[in-house]
Amino acid sequence: MAPLRWFARIVDIPLRAWQRMTGQGGMIALFLLPNMAIFSVFVLIPLGMNALYSTTGGVEFFLADRPYIGTAHYQRLMDCGNYLEPRSCRDDMFWIAVWNTARFVVLQVGLMTLAAMITALILNRAIPGKAFWRAVFFFPVLLSPVVVGLIWKWILQRQGLANLGMVELGLEPVNWLIDRFWAFAAAVGVSVWAHMGFYTLILLAGLQAIPRDLYEAAEMDGTPPFRVFYRITLPLLMPNLLVVLVLSLIRAVQIFDEAYVLTGGGPGTSTMFMTQYIYEQGFANLLRNPGLAAAASILMALVLVVLTLMQLWLSRRAGRS
Amino acid sequence: MKSILGIAAASSLAIAASAGAGEVRMMWYSDGVEGEVMQDLLDRFMEENPDINVILDNVAYQVIMEQLPIQLAAGEGPDIARVTNLKEQAEHWLDLTPYVEDPEYWRSNFGDQFDWMRPDGTDIIPGFMTQLTLVGGFANKTLFEQAGVEMPGEGATWDEWVAAATEVQESQQLPAALVIDRSGHRITGPLLSSGAVLKGEDGKPAPLDAAAQDFITRLVGWTESGQHMRDVWVSAAGTTYRSGADEFINANIAMLYSGSWQVANLSTKIGDGFDWVAIGSPCGSAGCSGLPGGAALVANKNTSNPEDVGKVMDFLARQDIVKEFSERTLFLPAHKGVIEAGGLDFQTEDPQAKAALEKFVEATGALIPAANEIPAWRYANAMYGAMVNRISQAMAGEMPVEEIFPRIDSDIAEQVAAADGGQ
Repeated sequence: MAPLRWFARIVDIPLRAWQRMTGQGGMIALFLLPNMAIFSVFVLIPLGMNALYSTTGGVEFFLADRPYIGTAHYQRLMDCGNYLEPRSCRDDMFWIAVWNTARFVVLQVGLMTLAAMITALILNRAIPGKAFWRAVFFFPVLLSPVVVGLIWKWILQRQGLANLGMVELGLEPVNWLIDRFWAFAAAVGVSVWAHMGFYTLILLAGLQAIPRDLYEAAEMDGTPPFRVFYRITLPLLMPNLLVVLVLSLIRAVQIFDEAYVLTGGGPGTSTMFMTQYIYEQGFANLLRNPGLAAAASILMALVLVVLTLMQLWLSRRAGRS
Repeated sequence: MKSILGIAAASSLAIAASAGAGEVRMMWYSDGVEGEVMQDLLDRFMEENPDINVILDNVAYQVIMEQLPIQLAAGEGPDIARVTNLKEQAEHWLDLTPYVEDPEYWRSNFGDQFDWMRPDGTDIIPGFMTQLTLVGGFANKTLFEQAGVEMPGEGATWDEWVAAATEVQESQQLPAALVIDRSGHRITGPLLSSGAVLKGEDGKPAPLDAAAQDFITRLVGWTESGQHMRDVWVSAAGTTYRSGADEFINANIAMLYSGSWQVANLSTKIGDGFDWVAIGSPCGSAGCSGLPGGAALVANKNTSNPEDVGKVMDFLARQDIVKEFSERTLFLPAHKGVIEAGGLDFQTEDPQAKAALEKFVEATGALIPAANEIPAWRYANAMYGAMVNRISQAMAGEMPVEEIFPRIDSDIAEQVAAADGGQ
């Protein structure tokens, strides 16, 4: 212990001097400084640069080489006859991506929350092999999104496992990833499969925190199971449910990797989401347009800011109640 | 403590020095065995030049397409790279004129393709084509024979080829008759063969004319009727490249329209699975042309070692080395001396591969002038991207084919404006 104590005393000297000079506020700033430095380098500065890029044109990468064009990219993205009809927009691909993302978010978040809730309720009961089943549902969360996309691509492609099974059963094979409806359904389904385990865990933790005596009292009163769920489980699980909803909403807006590997955004543009649009404009297109990609990403960031503020507001409200 | 810091500082200086002098990094991608061949050639170079260490970084093609441009723009990147996006990045290539032993040798042997990879209006020596490629088709001879369908002969049109392949499809119950790679580059040859004028008089892309619209309409029609395989074009959005080679290798189609670079791939993967032949390019009203292209070895103008880079490039551009590289990789050489000397002994046991290569060499004679201009045209990529994206939408049933034409024109106009420094 002696060397440790000596070390602590040596470190103490400059810290105490700093506190004397700057007070408690200075100490707080000192401890926050490393984190803030990392945050600035990797988030704030790139964010500022991104905003600057969005006001420049051309195909050059360096800001200094790019001509200033003001809000032209934003005008291009927002130039629409009818926002509900992408084809009436000047950059119809952007609005196709926006509406695909919106549809995806509604379906994926809704289905995933429902599935996670049902799974958590089942796993919270005294079932045989409970630990095994928990691991089974959590396992996909550990997989890389690219691996998830590839696994399901091998299953769903024309000569994949799913069609092999269907042919064996005497059924007509389906071109899952080439059909617009099925490809979108696959993107949603695979995403639900891949992320559900994480949210199940959050809900399971919430379920286990509900006092058992409430259920025992309800049982003694002869309350029907649905009423128990509606009157006890759901209200007490609401804080966890809010976290699940908002986290999954933010994540769903950012959908890219597994869907990109699975469908490449096709068939046509049926599964092209906002992040893919940004990626293609900035990096993948033969003629890159970093300014347009930056402008689109700023618009997407605004959506995420709104969702994050919503999360904060709901968390505070849940905390107060 | 002082001495430890001193040793560490000295070591890092030594490492920095050795990393700078006498070291050349080459970024390389492979379609087939060319990475191994290149490593072998570089080993020989290093034996001849023990003071220069060449490190071959084998990367995926996607790295060349997506990461290399960013590295180059940032003033970084390898000393030498093998690239296919030649014109787009022309400003980053080192002028090798002062660093090669005999610039005239370079100009006379590789000069025909310099304009493909150097900035317009300059006369620099930017590098050399490691191989020339030519877009063209392949047919599954075994499937045609099993179906009892005669393969269309010289001068057959696209319609005739599609009709014949469809007969094979129906007879052999194939998922599709043919597939063209999902690439704007691939369909540009057929468009030009159909008489389309893609390059306007001002040097910028011209609006799609009736000939171009007609071929695109037929292509979408073949896809809707199940003759042209839907999967390859429809399975992605945007400008993503998709090859149809795997469908051909798996005998799911009777005809593939891809290019000469597939010969080694087909030979290796098909083996004796079935007989196949190269068929050149089917004809349109203006000719039977594919599109020339290829990969080039270029030097980065930000290299700190231009003299060593020059030596490596001089070695790899030697006539005997180019000949050996072509023979071992089954690539068509771009070296005029090698072509004129003839006698290339492609190192393959597969007579089908040899015959296919000869067919592609023969097909270079069918190139129409407009096709030869495309590789040096800086707006080609704008056109490729817009066509692939919109044609896929029509094939997927998202919009009628007649609606994609004004969209392609406006997409190209936006891209050209961006390339010219506007939006």
